[in-house]
Amino acid sequence: MSIAKPSLTAVAILAAVLAGVSVAMIFFVAPEDADQGLSQKIFYVHVPIALTAYACFGLGAWKALRLLLTRGERYDLESYTAIHQGTIFGALTLVTGAIWAKASWGVWWTWSSNQLVLFLVLFLFYCAYFMLRFSIEPGPRRERISAVYALFGVALIPVSFFAIRLANDFIHPTVFTREGPQMTGEMFAAFCVSWAAITLVAYVMYRTELAGKRTDLHLRELREALAP
Amino acid sequence: MSAYLGDVAALARKDLRLELRARDTLPAMALFVLATLVVFHFALPGGAGDDAAYGLLWVALVFTALLGLARAWVPEGEAGALDGLVLATSDRSAIWLGKTLATLAFLAVAELVALPAFALFFARLDGAALAGVVLASIGICAVGSLVSAMAAAARGREVLLPLLFLPLAIPLVVGGVGSSISPEPGKYLAFLALYDAVFAILSWAAFEYVVTE
Amino acid sequence: MPLGVVVSGGDGQGTGCGAGREPGLVVIRAAGLEKRYGARAVLRGVSFELPVGGALVVTGPNGAGKTTLLRMLVGLAAPTRGSLEIDVERSRVGFVGHEPLVYRELTALENLDLYGRLYRVPERRERIGMLLGRFGLWEARNQRVSAFSRGMTQRLALCRAFLHDPELLVLDEPHSALDAEGVVLLDDELATVRRERTLVVSTHEPGRVAALATASLALERL
Repeated sequence: MSIAKPSLTAVAILAAVLAGVSVAMIFFVAPEDADQGLSQKIFYVHVPIALTAYACFGLGAWKALRLLLTRGERYDLESYTAIHQGTIFGALTLVTGAIWAKASWGVWWTWSSNQLVLFLVLFLFYCAYFMLRFSIEPGPRRERISAVYALFGVALIPVSFFAIRLANDFIHPTVFTREGPQMTGEMFAAFCVSWAAITLVAYVMYRTELAGKRTDLHLRELREALAP
Repeated sequence: MSAYLGDVAALARKDLRLELRARDTLPAMALFVLATLVVFHFALPGGAGDDAAYGLLWVALVFTALLGLARAWVPEGEAGALDGLVLATSDRSAIWLGKTLATLAFLAVAELVALPAFALFFARLDGAALAGVVLASIGICAVGSLVSAMAAAARGREVLLPLLFLPLAIPLVVGGVGSSISPEPGKYLAFLALYDAVFAILSWAAFEYVVTE
Repeated sequence: MPLGVVVSGGDGQGTGCGAGREPGLVVIRAAGLEKRYGARAVLRGVSFELPVGGALVVTGPNGAGKTTLLRMLVGLAAPTRGSLEIDVERSRVGFVGHEPLVYRELTALENLDLYGRLYRVPERRERIGMLLGRFGLWEARNQRVSAFSRGMTQRLALCRAFLHDPELLVLDEPHSALDAEGVVLLDDELATVRRERTLVVSTHEPGRVAALATASLALERL
């Protein structure tokens, strides 16, 4: 007996509830940070969004690998949708990061945050993914080339991260430091709830977009078949 | 194994022979890198210092490589020869390796022009810097050949190639500049070697999927 | 409803398929082949079986999918749906497509030498010389392909396809780019190699290859 996929509506409701809970926790449960004050609260949103982006890119690469190894038809859209979601969350990471930088240090951008610079490089890389995809005729060639590029993406993540760390030694001395928060129990709880909520939201968005794209494809196939 | 290497050698030889006949890519690359270095002289303000110059050297090398990479698969596209190679080779990765080696040879020739010119115009290059150039060139050609083949399958390939290549080239620039200016070049050279290993293996394994359905 | 139907026809004209041959050795088995690019369908419902020594002629108007089908048979395209079994190794398949698959700035000899190496053709030099002579290109062997006429280029493509002595020959409208003399040379060569080889030829002039065909497949535009 196969396990049924959880109903999308149920998950969406759960995501909405969790998001509500997490907002409440962020503002009422987690204590205010001594140094940064209210702006530190962005951390509860910024970091989960970044982690979700990584997860989406990873999922996209996994689906891409499945496509190359098994030639299954479904994997192309799944990989593409995952990468699309990852790019959206990546853009959000950059935006929330910029807001946090402005609130903390008064600048909209700093090269000293390795995480932000990494996301900038990845953002460039994955934007090129879409340019690549839409320059090739639909078909198995496009699927395979997209899949290979998606795999290069996940290889680039750790390599770029090392590169950025190494670059810091000669680019300019680190001016702004931000220590990883030493989280109290309440902060950690708020973080986890927020992370769960954002992950679920991403999942709902992924499933919704995938369903939409599949429907689009079927519609086009039907039109093709019915055209005189 | 020796049959595989024989295939690679035959394919690389073919590219060298084609370039010797057409003589369009190599002179262009050499002239481009020279012209770029001269532009950089005018682009660098007075007190810029050597470090800035090394940075610009790497910009020049990356964009010169792009020039060569843009033309890499053109002979295969003219009369469908790529299909012929895909049919004829038992292991398609040999096509990638042959092309990478040939492109590396062209880039090396361009560098033989660029590096002395750089030393003359800007600043001297020590052993570590040269080792960085060698290692980074390998990475550029390995990844570049694959990415160029992807772009060749697409519309608007001249524009697409830089977009695909540049994010992947960023770590190479970091490694190259670091090995030129850092007092501890060793870790940058090690990083370049790591990049080469990871992306060469990835490109070698993935090429088959890029040129077949 | 299948849009490609194999019609067995011809009496074999001594080409070896049918009555005298041992049945059962099937070289190509295609069932329900479908090919689409995105939403656009190019082939649908193509099924056929081709035994050893058979010669299949694929006909149909432009855009019916002949080229796509032939590219699938040699492995340059993959079917979207359906099954395709080819009982011949890739290195034993010869292909002539719409393009000659050569390097324009290499000479005829250099092109064939490269392919000869890749296909591991034994006694490469002799075989290349023989084929160039057979197709009337010996005098032009050291000329670059860019200097060739269209007919000569197509003859070189044929040399390339026959070079490694393939068991299965897949030829996509091979006569179309040839000059009159080339047509004669090709027909001669086909007649010679027919005995042990399996052949798939696409054409929009069925009469030309009717003599050697043992089966035909008519495709329609979708």
